[in-house]
Amino acid sequence: MAANPADLSAALVLTPVPAADWLVVLPPAWCILAGAVLLMLRKSVRLQALIAIPALAGLVVIDALLLAHVAANGPVTMVMGRWLPPFGIAFTADLTGVLFALAGAVVALAGGVHALADIDASGRRYGFYPFLLLLMAGVSGAFLTGDIFNLYVWFEVLLIASFGLITLGSEPRQIDGAIKYAFLNLIATTLFLVTTGYLYGIFGTLNMADIAAKAAAGRAELPLMTLATLYFVAFGMKAAAFPVNFWLPASYHTPRVVVSALFAGLLTKVGIYALLRTLVMLFPVEREELSFLIVLVGVATMLLGALGALGQSDIRRLIGYVVISGIGVMLAGLSLGSPGGIGGAIFYALHSMVVMTALYMAAGLAGRLAGSFDLNSLGGLYGRSALFSALSLVLFFAAAGLPPFSGFWPKVMVAKAAIDIGAWWLAAAVLATGFLTTIALGRVFALAYWRPAPMALPVQTMPAGALLPLVLLTALTVGFGLFPERLMALVQHAAQGLADPRAYIGSVFPEGK
Amino acid sequence: MNTLIFRTVAPFLTALMALFSIFVLLRGHNEPGGGFIGGLIAVSALAIFGIANGIAAVRRALWFHPMAISAFGLFIACLAGLLSAAFGVPFMTGLWVYPVVLGVEIPLSSVMLFDTGVYLVVVGAITSIALALEAGDDV
Repeated sequence: MAANPADLSAALVLTPVPAADWLVVLPPAWCILAGAVLLMLRKSVRLQALIAIPALAGLVVIDALLLAHVAANGPVTMVMGRWLPPFGIAFTADLTGVLFALAGAVVALAGGVHALADIDASGRRYGFYPFLLLLMAGVSGAFLTGDIFNLYVWFEVLLIASFGLITLGSEPRQIDGAIKYAFLNLIATTLFLVTTGYLYGIFGTLNMADIAAKAAAGRAELPLMTLATLYFVAFGMKAAAFPVNFWLPASYHTPRVVVSALFAGLLTKVGIYALLRTLVMLFPVEREELSFLIVLVGVATMLLGALGALGQSDIRRLIGYVVISGIGVMLAGLSLGSPGGIGGAIFYALHSMVVMTALYMAAGLAGRLAGSFDLNSLGGLYGRSALFSALSLVLFFAAAGLPPFSGFWPKVMVAKAAIDIGAWWLAAAVLATGFLTTIALGRVFALAYWRPAPMALPVQTMPAGALLPLVLLTALTVGFGLFPERLMALVQHAAQGLADPRAYIGSVFPEGK
Repeated sequence: MNTLIFRTVAPFLTALMALFSIFVLLRGHNEPGGGFIGGLIAVSALAIFGIANGIAAVRRALWFHPMAISAFGLFIACLAGLLSAAFGVPFMTGLWVYPVVLGVEIPLSSVMLFDTGVYLVVVGAITSIALALEAGDDV
């Protein structure tokens, strides 16, 4: 090109990019590449899993490397097309985002392996693995992007992939569940888009670091309360918070069990992540104003979720309510706003990703062994497989928040943060939720596992491929239950990074504009 | 829609529109046009061919499954972004080469590769929707 007299350094990144920074864009790019290859080879059913599972393992490795990089060096940013932020779209990985992305990748890998036994050849030909990889592209992109409109785009990517997954099999009741799911999620996404348009009108920027800095500077005259409230409604719907949670139990029991497992692990947590990102990092003062509303929603979500779980007889619907109840605990942490509360919410989200996925897998295996998902006809599972029963019991305790499993520590963090500000009733609600969940899941164990089989069981063997991811996820929850110190330090660090985003802003605008 | 005139003209119209869609794709870097609109023109061409000669003829003419075409587009669009890793510049930075072929300088860029990917994604995705809709019409 001809010599250009213009000063390019005002518009472009001219310094060479360190190779390690590529880790920020690699998770979504890697998933898109693998998903595209799988889609091209859609007819080669045998190749699908052979490519998809190494690709998902690669995603776990990439996210783990990114976590090590971010933990050592602080937030990392890369801008697309070398345009300087806020004009170039930034990908910014901070501890919160990377922790969520890594947990998501682990869950997806477990789901990919579990699907070997759960998804038949027709499901694979229909495109289970391409959809899974594209879902992971959307999920990783949402966790790592530093641009709020880009976040919307990744939401759309994961939503479209999830529509494909939820209708896998095309049974009438799946279409019924998919329509409820799709309709309510589209309303939430539209609200998100409208709010983002409003935000752009106010700030003239979509870069989250830029928004955080401008919001802090011009808080007095900007209508930020409106934005924060609209985002709370939009993402609350995504996260299945009461009273906009009815789409979840209406749809999560209809798809293949491994799809329910992936949805329970990934989708609602993206909503929680977006709530943390917008309400804690962008609009902290407004979150403080809203905290009473958030805590009411949180308490209602956790208690009604647990009560809903008590009232169900289909174990897949029952676990759907347990997922909702966990969202309530995360909202309670969010409403507190202290490092303990936010850290507890992040920890609980990570725990919930692993445990809810594993719970759905266990429910699927229980249904396969006993030939039913109905508590009235289930029974005799303990006699069929003691190992499977032990794994299920660990998962039930972990979901209920009993020690020494991973659900215990985030509840301790949230309850302690609540007591610290004198909100003993919030701590009591968290404990009561744990108690109700214990009863609901204990009922499942008593009826489906201990009770002698009420009818002759079909002869079904336990597929090893389906049991392996369950063992690994259970090992994770036991591991983080027994040795929570490292993760606890990380989430507290992550919570501080959200509450005080100077390092995040500094990574996007190195000169401190 | 099987009048003799339409069936006779359709293949020529399709060929012309396909050519025009590539023209619009290549023109798109600095002037109105580009991968998305070019792809839509190509899909219209295939739709006309399909209405005249049936969807089996379109599937035969495409050779690849439309979904595979859009997947290939996604693949090369993503690859176009990753190319910049080799040059130490951020993801999706435009990279240019100017080879001279027969005395004519031809500017080629990663941007064009990306746009071609978009073109193929649009062609594949919308064609598979159009074919599915037309197939549903037959039964």
